[in-house]
Amino acid sequence: MNLEYWGFALAFIVLGPVVGGLLAGIDRRLTARMQSRQGPPLLQPFYDVLKLFEKDTTVVTHLQTLYLWAFLFFMVIAGVIIFLGGNLLLSLFAMTVSGIFLCLAAESTNSPYSKIGSAREMLLMMAYEPMLIIVPLGFFLVVGSFQVADILAGEPSQVVQLLGVLIGFLFVLTIKLRKSPFDISTSHHGHQELVKGLTTDMSGRDLALVEIGHWYENVILLAWLYLFFGPLGLLWALPIAVVLFFAEVLVDNTNARLKWGTTVKASWWVAVLFGVTNLLVLPFI
Amino acid sequence: MSFLTKSPWILHYAATSCNGCDIELLACLTPLYDVERFGIINTGNPKHADILMVTGSVNEESRKVLENLYEQMPDPKAVIAIGACALSGGIFREAYNVYGGIDQVIPVDVYVAGCAARPESIIDGVVRALGVLEERSKNRVRQRKVA
Amino acid sequence: MLLISFLIVFPLLAALAIAFAPTADLRSAFVRWSALALAIASVVLAVAYFRTGPEFFSLGDTWNGLLDQVFLLGGIAVALVLLYLCRRISVRQWYIPALILLQMGLILVAELAPGHPEVARPFYVDSFSILMALIVGVVGWLIAVYAVRYMRDYHAQHPEVRDRQPAFFAIVFLFCAAMFGIVLTNHLPGLFFFWEITTLCSFWLIGYSGTAEAMRNAYRALTMNLIGGVFFAAAIVWLTFNPELQTWELDVVIANGGAAALIPAALIAVAGLTKAAQMPFHTWLLGAMVAPTPVSALLHSSTMVKAGVFILVKFAPVYHGTEVGLLLALIGGVTFLATSLIAVNQRNAKLVLAYSTIANLGLVVMCAGVGTTATLWAAMLLILFHAVAKALLFLSVGTTEHLVHSRDIEDMDGLVYRRPVLAMTLMVGMLGMFLAPFGMLISKYTCFQAFLTVDVFPGGGILLMAILAFGSAPTLFFWTKWMGKLVAMPRRTPEPMPEVPREQAFALLALTGLTYLACVLYPFVDWAFILPYTQALADAGLVPPPSDSTHWETFILMSVMLAGMFLLPVLFWLRPPHYATVSGYLSGANVAGSASYRGAMGGEREVTARGYYLTAFLDEQRLTRQGLIAAGILMIAMLMGAAL
Repeated sequence: MNLEYWGFALAFIVLGPVVGGLLAGIDRRLTARMQSRQGPPLLQPFYDVLKLFEKDTTVVTHLQTLYLWAFLFFMVIAGVIIFLGGNLLLSLFAMTVSGIFLCLAAESTNSPYSKIGSAREMLLMMAYEPMLIIVPLGFFLVVGSFQVADILAGEPSQVVQLLGVLIGFLFVLTIKLRKSPFDISTSHHGHQELVKGLTTDMSGRDLALVEIGHWYENVILLAWLYLFFGPLGLLWALPIAVVLFFAEVLVDNTNARLKWGTTVKASWWVAVLFGVTNLLVLPFI
Repeated sequence: MSFLTKSPWILHYAATSCNGCDIELLACLTPLYDVERFGIINTGNPKHADILMVTGSVNEESRKVLENLYEQMPDPKAVIAIGACALSGGIFREAYNVYGGIDQVIPVDVYVAGCAARPESIIDGVVRALGVLEERSKNRVRQRKVA
Repeated sequence: MLLISFLIVFPLLAALAIAFAPTADLRSAFVRWSALALAIASVVLAVAYFRTGPEFFSLGDTWNGLLDQVFLLGGIAVALVLLYLCRRISVRQWYIPALILLQMGLILVAELAPGHPEVARPFYVDSFSILMALIVGVVGWLIAVYAVRYMRDYHAQHPEVRDRQPAFFAIVFLFCAAMFGIVLTNHLPGLFFFWEITTLCSFWLIGYSGTAEAMRNAYRALTMNLIGGVFFAAAIVWLTFNPELQTWELDVVIANGGAAALIPAALIAVAGLTKAAQMPFHTWLLGAMVAPTPVSALLHSSTMVKAGVFILVKFAPVYHGTEVGLLLALIGGVTFLATSLIAVNQRNAKLVLAYSTIANLGLVVMCAGVGTTATLWAAMLLILFHAVAKALLFLSVGTTEHLVHSRDIEDMDGLVYRRPVLAMTLMVGMLGMFLAPFGMLISKYTCFQAFLTVDVFPGGGILLMAILAFGSAPTLFFWTKWMGKLVAMPRRTPEPMPEVPREQAFALLALTGLTYLACVLYPFVDWAFILPYTQALADAGLVPPPSDSTHWETFILMSVMLAGMFLLPVLFWLRPPHYATVSGYLSGANVAGSASYRGAMGGEREVTARGYYLTAFLDEQRLTRQGLIAAGILMIAMLMGAAL
């Protein structure tokens, strides 16, 4: 680890929300265009969050704010680990902790919409966790290390070797980004049967924290995607990663939502068929 | 300048509307009018909303709901009454179970007339509500300074 | 040697003193102080043999001969007691006495054989057994302290149960003596003798309440453990008569490491699997839930099941790099996966804990089967973390049960607001069980890394890793669901709860502190207990030498996370945000407060929301059946693999 990586980590803490917010802005605009609308300004997500800071905050229980702090804290840690060139598996664990605190924040309100939202979020976590674990393991088998720095210094061919893992990852990325067909716990759209699911009973600053946390999360996920192509060099890898990232928007706009049972089953099958199979045949590639 | 005017999130409640105004309200979200251009989002959740848009007149059933929703919206907030019924009770005004307009129950900031109100006038109503919101936001900042 | 004999003999004397204590107060005092003495003795043991290699003790010929006699006669006595306990079983349970006779026959054949092997060094200390002794001593002490008050309340609440407290505490101490014996003896028939004592004690403790259900479960536990005992006895017979490897010394068998050792190792593996409640024998641990909570805590955390995994980890160098080892790991894997999924179904808090225990032990078995240095490291840390966190969870659930009069998770709604300290201890226990940066996750992390480097059979490592990945996901689900219940805001002002008794609170807080400490100090644990053990094995050429692969920044980040987990609540407490409270969103239909809403007919109706148990999605019966069949086949394959 050297000074350069500390710079990256610092940049992540400071610039992470900026990039994440921009990604969200592009996402919303792209969605609007796909629906032949003009869409909001690019900076709309920032306006939203700054507005939330201007508003009053109401809570059902004071403790929900504490859980949200923990959510944000662990999300930032997860990102810092990656941008320090550190351990990818550890970063995943930190991200899981963060997700669990978000669920706890929703559970603590004890209102039915939040509770169902958080129960569904837990189901989604159960759905994507195996595949997400397989990604660092795949890198380990190819590169021989969980360290992000080593993965980036790997062979450009690693993405071909890990094609199945990549496909599986793209599948669960849809869940992680809360896109249709898997946006069953909460979504960016008006969500009629669950109101806003997970975030129903959060408002003002609390909601802003959740949004910022999601921006960080988006950057982290983009970084994961980047890792597959990292050895190709920034010039190739970043555009590919960004294109794949926004391909999720297309998926979002062309799919209806699934039930949780189907989601869990589908994700596990994908993890087995693409992830595990890929790892099994790895010695022969 | 307050960011409230850049990102007004709305909550739509149909008190006892005939759904005429509701259809028009939802039409605002369609590609033709596309209010998301202005950062307007229909949240369906009082805790996230800045502007409460109410259609239809108020009766005993909807009164309590309306009060609750208004109560649960965090400050600063604004209320828009949409359509003849929400303004005054409309043609149901004389009905035995109807209280009349929305302002019988909660304070209303902007009145949008019409039966049904047209999408253009609804959007115009929102823009006026933004002025109200900004004013309230400024007042809050001033009060905080005094305190 | 003095310490070892103290650790084994003192609890026996304490048991006698407790059993014949004239008054209840005196008895309680005996329990407290003897348990403390044991805890101190185990700490002294750890200090005296700090970071030493394995050290063996010889008693001289006379004493050795005497010890053989003690083990022989003791074994017969235990068998006779067991037979006596079978006096009321029905004819259909003929297999229980048959099993007792079978194992007694086997062990007599071995011990009375002319020219049976002699054990020159019947006791030993190495850093792994020190770690185990610490767990038994310290966690056992806290459980005993807790139990004193708990049992009094238990009998107050269950007048129908015959009060047998003197015997109860005596048996608990006997149990501890046997556990110390298991972890400190090098004498295989001796080990078997202690092994049988734990079987006997667990039988008595599970059947404590004397109800029909308790007795049925106690006999089931007895049957399963006797099956294990038969396999253990068979291994001893094998070692008595096999010309290639004729020895009764544990370390010689392990050091042999070759094909000759594989057959007894596989037989003992079956014994270990039964004790560690692995599929296909896991049902006895579920049945053990009928016992009073301290018994569950004892069986699950520091004793009994830990004896099973202890012996498996001990034999890990023999399993290392063999098909037998891989099959053993797969049995652990099947158990881990199946029980993790089944745990999602459970509403009964103690059953959730039971399934999670079985799953975690499965993980340890996976590690033992693979048997590399890294997995040994992971297995030993798992044993430690699991012992502390599970004891904490069981005792917390026991206290909660006395306060809310239910074991149902759904009834623990809003415990954070009703009994914050109790909820905190439960939460720390749960966090310790599955979340970064707490202990279990460090081990899981190492497991992933270690499994990927398994190359006994192509794809074997990937299979183990996939099992671990898929089994971890439901673990996440059921713990988070439970935590969600605890933190949920109560819907109406909760009725006041009685205080947590002071002794119980002490035990709970001490265990909470231990959980935290174990997480913070795991590098120290590694350096003090695990490294000397693996180093000694590596020096003997039994496992590949340990490689220091933990990056320092990983450790720093872990510490930051742990600090955050601790400091955020402190910060929150110091500078709480002042937000207005409103009721939860109920479509605007709420009636004053968040408890209820106005229904269509104008009446007030309370909102209820229950957790997801996925009973239609994951079928407990089917999963159990499949797990049993898979594990059964794997076990037979393992035994055949060893024989060929």
